[in-house]
Amino acid sequence: MLQVQTGGLSAADHKGIKVKLVIATIKPFKLEEVREALTDIGVRGMMVTEIKGFGAQSGHTEIYRGAEYAVNFVPKIKLEVAVNDAMADQVAEAITAAAKTGKIGDGKIFVLDLAQAMRVRTGETGEDAL
Amino acid sequence: MIRMTKLGLTGALMLVPGLAAAQDAPTAVPTDSVFIFNTLLFLIGGFLVFWMAAGFAMLEAGLVRAKNVTMQLTKNIALFSIAAIMYYIIGYVLMYPGDGWMMPSWLGALGVAVLEPVGVTAANADAYDYASTGSDYFFQLMFVATTASIVSGTVAERIKLWPFLIFVAILAALIYPIQASWSWGGGYLSEIGFSDFAGSTIVHSVGGWAALTGALILGPRIGKYNKDGKTVPIPGSNLALATLGTFILWLGWFGFNGASQLAMGSIGDAADISRIFANTNTAAAGGAVAALILSQVLYKKPDLTMVLNGALAGLVSITAEPLTPSLGAATLIGAVGGVIVVFAVPMLDKLKIDDVVGAIPVHLIAGIWGTLAVPLTNDGASFGTQLISILIVGVFVVVTSAVVWMILKAVMGIRVDEETEINGLDMAELGMEAYPEFAKG
Repeated sequence: MLQVQTGGLSAADHKGIKVKLVIATIKPFKLEEVREALTDIGVRGMMVTEIKGFGAQSGHTEIYRGAEYAVNFVPKIKLEVAVNDAMADQVAEAITAAAKTGKIGDGKIFVLDLAQAMRVRTGETGEDAL
Repeated sequence: MIRMTKLGLTGALMLVPGLAAAQDAPTAVPTDSVFIFNTLLFLIGGFLVFWMAAGFAMLEAGLVRAKNVTMQLTKNIALFSIAAIMYYIIGYVLMYPGDGWMMPSWLGALGVAVLEPVGVTAANADAYDYASTGSDYFFQLMFVATTASIVSGTVAERIKLWPFLIFVAILAALIYPIQASWSWGGGYLSEIGFSDFAGSTIVHSVGGWAALTGALILGPRIGKYNKDGKTVPIPGSNLALATLGTFILWLGWFGFNGASQLAMGSIGDAADISRIFANTNTAAAGGAVAALILSQVLYKKPDLTMVLNGALAGLVSITAEPLTPSLGAATLIGAVGGVIVVFAVPMLDKLKIDDVVGAIPVHLIAGIWGTLAVPLTNDGASFGTQLISILIVGVFVVVTSAVVWMILKAVMGIRVDEETEINGLDMAELGMEAYPEFAKG
């Protein structure tokens, strides 16, 4: 199987398979649901960062010992998922479905072309590195 | 209620007039037992009040930023130790001069505290019909440490270590004992009938006045009030520690108020102490619940720091008279303290008085309230006398504190420089952090 598949493609073609990076910001409490949704569709890795930021939700105010203060940056989780071109839309849809609450502040998804991907252990590149 | 006064200097027993009231009930137990029980009360009360030092340390460590925690803890253990030594060298005899007043009713005697000899017999005890001198000394010195602890919280995060400790030494050696001698030592305020059972005014408001004076002379922390004059909250580093500190103070307060009954050698005294414990507890609960509900109503979310301050304000409020109120009255007196805190904290901010832990609302303002509330349940006290006494003590402490703070400011400076304050006192002044493995606070 493997040989048939690689045999059909030249080395140049293989390198030509595009890899995309899906960046998503989500509400922190949705992280576990999003992780499950992505592993269910075959995503085998992701990077997760705790971030702060603002978007349409903007900030809000809180009160500490009677003094009001602005919370200008809201805590969010940033996900970075590298997948092959064909899966990118599916990944974005899965994140959307899992992270959506319908309320303001649900987050954003950005999809970028990746110039290169490499697995540190083996030196594999492109789709094989994912 | 006037404290038992004993002359450490000469060992002579001084019975002040008010003490007789506490011992009216016929004593059915042998004098030995009375001596032992009274002594035991002072010892247990003393170590409970000692534990309040831990409460203040934790409360303050939790309410300052992470970059100032080591300094705050250093100040707490240093101030306690310095206060203890100064009270031994000067404070105790100045506060309880017995017959040795240098200026009758106003200025006590000079001398170091002297305990009874090892293995003292009934015949040789300073006060065989009362309690041991050592227990009285041990109990009383814990109160001066409480007064000093109050100051450290207010002036936190910006005051230099050594000028602060010098202030504490003078507070413990002179300012606190002199004003306390006026009431508990049998001086002028006790002669006019001032009633302050365990020290809403004598201990708490004194610490509060000294703290307020210090905060005014020191100025607010950098960034506490912005250019528009608005208050910028500076959240504390660890509310778990602040909560632990509050519970420790609450526990210690049973000794503070309970042992201020000053006698446990009769049925009446034992019952009164029990009553004081229960009233002290319910006043704290009243203060906490009042602050919980009021912060919910005013700010839409309960504010834990206000609830902690509310419990302490309840305790301070009941300290002037923890015996005569009913449980219901004690709860209400404490609840008013909780209300005071929720309004006084933002009010101080409007005046640009930066009180890091809320010590001024808790100890000064609730202390004044508690002292004024005494005549509500105790017929022996008068509103006018309470008010005059509050004013006399307040003026004395503000003036003497201001003089000391100003001299320290002129001689060595009391405030750290801007860079030190922003980087945190821990690294700049001590070179060590409380939480070195975590990010900077």
